[in-house]
Amino acid sequence: MLLSLMIFLPLLGMIVVLLLPRESEELVKRVTLLFTLIPLALAVALFVSYDRSTAGTQYVVNVPWIQAFNIQYHIGIDGLSVTLLLLTALLGPICVIASWRNIEKGIKAYMALFLLLETGMLGFFAALDLFLFYVFFELTLLPMYFLIGIWGGPRREYAAIKFFLYTLFGSVLMLIAMIAVYLNSGAPGARTFDIPTLITLAATAGHALNNLDFQIWVFVGFFIGFAVKVPIFPFHTWLPDAHVEAPTAISVILAGILLKMGTYGLVRVNMAMFPQGLDFFCNGMGFWGNSLALLGFINIVYGSFCALAQTDFKKLVAYSSIGHMGFVILGLAARNDSGITGAILQMFNHGVISAMLFLLVGVLYDRAHHREINGFGGLGAKMPVYTGITTLAFMASLGLPGLSGFVGEALSLLGAYDKFKLLTILSTIGIVVGAAYFLWTLQRVFLGTLNPKYEELPEINGREILTLVPLGILTIVLGVWPNFAIDMFRESVTNLIGVLQIN
Amino acid sequence: MQPLSNIESLLYFSPEILLVIFAAAVVLLDLVMKDRNSFAVAHLSLAGCVCVFAAVLITHFSFGDKGPISLFLGMIQLDAFSSFFKILLLLATAATILFSLRSEELDARLKGEYYALLLAITLGMFLMTSSTNLLMIFISLETVSLTSYILAGFLTHNPRSSEAAFKYITYGAVASGTMLFGLSLLFGMVGSGDVGQISVRLAELLASGEVAPLAVLIAITFVLAGVGYKIASVPFHMWSPDVYEGAPIPITAFLSVASKSAGFALFIRFFYSGFGSSELMQAVDWPLMLAIVSALTMTVGNLAALPQQNVKRLLAYSSIAHGGYLLMGGVLLTSEGIGAILFYLVVYLFMNLGAFYVVVLIANEEGSEMIEGYRGLASRAPLVAWAMAIFLFSLTGIPPFAGFFGKWLLFAAVLEQGYYWLALVGLLNSVVSLYYYARIVKAMFLEDAGEEITRVTFSTGTFALLSVFVIPTILIGFLNIFYTLSNISVSVIPMQ
Repeated sequence: MLLSLMIFLPLLGMIVVLLLPRESEELVKRVTLLFTLIPLALAVALFVSYDRSTAGTQYVVNVPWIQAFNIQYHIGIDGLSVTLLLLTALLGPICVIASWRNIEKGIKAYMALFLLLETGMLGFFAALDLFLFYVFFELTLLPMYFLIGIWGGPRREYAAIKFFLYTLFGSVLMLIAMIAVYLNSGAPGARTFDIPTLITLAATAGHALNNLDFQIWVFVGFFIGFAVKVPIFPFHTWLPDAHVEAPTAISVILAGILLKMGTYGLVRVNMAMFPQGLDFFCNGMGFWGNSLALLGFINIVYGSFCALAQTDFKKLVAYSSIGHMGFVILGLAARNDSGITGAILQMFNHGVISAMLFLLVGVLYDRAHHREINGFGGLGAKMPVYTGITTLAFMASLGLPGLSGFVGEALSLLGAYDKFKLLTILSTIGIVVGAAYFLWTLQRVFLGTLNPKYEELPEINGREILTLVPLGILTIVLGVWPNFAIDMFRESVTNLIGVLQIN
Repeated sequence: MQPLSNIESLLYFSPEILLVIFAAAVVLLDLVMKDRNSFAVAHLSLAGCVCVFAAVLITHFSFGDKGPISLFLGMIQLDAFSSFFKILLLLATAATILFSLRSEELDARLKGEYYALLLAITLGMFLMTSSTNLLMIFISLETVSLTSYILAGFLTHNPRSSEAAFKYITYGAVASGTMLFGLSLLFGMVGSGDVGQISVRLAELLASGEVAPLAVLIAITFVLAGVGYKIASVPFHMWSPDVYEGAPIPITAFLSVASKSAGFALFIRFFYSGFGSSELMQAVDWPLMLAIVSALTMTVGNLAALPQQNVKRLLAYSSIAHGGYLLMGGVLLTSEGIGAILFYLVVYLFMNLGAFYVVVLIANEEGSEMIEGYRGLASRAPLVAWAMAIFLFSLTGIPPFAGFFGKWLLFAAVLEQGYYWLALVGLLNSVVSLYYYARIVKAMFLEDAGEEITRVTFSTGTFALLSVFVIPTILIGFLNIFYTLSNISVSVIPMQ
């Protein structure tokens, strides 16, 4: 009940917002904030009350939905989903506050779409029925298209449709795989979309789902669907365009949550449901056995080098996201305790850090109205507080020990080194390049002589600091006390590794 | 059950009789009214739809749901399947009458005939959904075709409309002739016009070697030409873009929904009970032929829709593509597939009529059907723009709209039979279709209207009618009843 309430409160908020008069903009914003703050409170309550000592799903709701196809409204949380739900619920109000002043037209529609987006994301992380999971997955697509397309930058139309087409292409392949799984799950009438049941069936010897060829094919179908979202090379090209054109708050959601939907899907479906397929792609002989780790490596190194070449601040952060998501893939490919723990931690940390980075880029853009890194210089003296927070975010992102980014990446690499020695060693190039582009950016924007154009640039204001402080605290806390998060999903990871042990 | 005689059948035939009475009454009313008041005429036709609707329900629940009843010595059959389609067709007719009332492109002086013809075409479609005899099938098909030709050419002042009617007749005549030839071949082989007997006799004849499989395949192909023409499947689709573009918008909407539904009803009944037996499918691989036709239809429809600038023409091609999706459910004719077709037709009725209604509104406002006319609609008429966006995304098949649930049923039915390539083609086509639907959405939401924004206001009635289409488009997928309804309707068609 608590969980359903959290998922559908934003939807209710959307209806309320739509009923408000167009003129009362302040009221619209406040109502939206309220309807994102309550889910946050509920998420915190779930996070605190979640029983850490067990891997089983909790707060389960399971009622029939479309009986003709055995589709259920089945939701519940385990350690992984509760962590990501907290992240989603936290970024909700932050994004509303970040949009307070800089959305100029159609604030009502903007807030309504944002609330719809939040329902989609929250529902996705809680869904335990494959059909429901897919519906929530797609539900994020429409609001995102409009949010980028209407409130975006100059090339917003191109970016929005590119994002939409790429994601839809991925999800139709996923849909085929999903239907194939459903049809093979049993005799007519006994078929199911229930994720826990499917996981059990896929592990039952002799069942149609427990077949290497079948698992490989559906693995590929789901993988492409999620890979577009992560994004994994070569499906990543929509991301820089979408990020550059999207308004600040939407970039935050895109990097913070939407990319995690891809990796979360990989864990929830690809790994847990198709361990044999996974085995083929990270343990088999030859090229295919290394392919998943190879994709992680390419993401890390390619994303980092691309980021190094950017002169647009936002594009730089976007490419750095591609690099950082590579660590998640590499960690997952390792399939061991530290690899998976590192990958999940990296999902959460990247959500926090990239959200900070995009908010910071937004702060600068709102003042200077451009994002050309070389156009700034010497801002350190003019905006000391801003410079301080940015430095914290940069350091966290480049993996400075003591801040959260380090722990996830280190654990992922540690886990991966066991299985893929060469690829792991080569992947560390990404960390070095990461340090290079962040430090170089720091130098170009904040050090040196102040560009006279920006003599009058105002310091970061209270509202903006309000959005950054909770995220800043989280980076520090998770840097020194990572068990705060790891405790949540330790049991779930152990359970997952159990599922992955196949003979 | 023994077929009822002609006199006994009349009671069960009351919806059709009522349609005839109302069509005649509409013509008479139009004659006696001095100022040729189209308003009164339209409302009489609407009242006719309501009465017929009630009659369909009454006949169904007092007789039809106790099992199929064969009427007029086996010419037509009353069952849940035909009742399902009759209700669907009546909804489409009522919507078309309402659209026509609000459309400004129709000549007010001719509206009496117009509404009478609409009721007549509905009668023809009723017969199409229930015919069980080759002769009756052909007569009902011709009733519908001939009336459609007149309706398509109804804008007498517009050369495009006349061109549409002319092309429609030319293609229609060829298709009907081909179909008639196919039917006569079948009759020659089987010696009976009864669809239920064809399957049994053909299987016997094929087994004993009296009839070559090739001859059956030729007959099936020829019959398919007539049906394919009605549902606008490749390669019999050439007429539809021109006809859809030239015809009055309400008629385009009607043809794309009602004509297609009736065509599918005929297709399902004829193929399901006529050629549905497994012996026949082994001898003649017509499912593969249907699968190829289906893949071609959706691909051609979608690719041709991509460059269109005229929204009406774009929707015409999109409707061809939807014919292709629907045909997927017909491959192999499993009950899941047929159920999926029925479900999708319900969904398609609401989303496609809704989209056409918006086209009517914008054509009234702008005098144009081009995409440019939709520019900045979101700021001029936000509710209409959002409604259109919902229809278009539902047509694309994006959750949570009903179009997605319909498509998922179709794809599940196809995958169930192992036609993976067909499902893949269908799904990739959905991605392609997003591109052209999104062009309209883009014009409405992402582009500015240009000069200063003038808000367009519509009447409450407009919004009420719009919500009649929007609400089902959002909700149908979530309601169990529609899945159940389509399954019940499938279960009554006899399958050998």
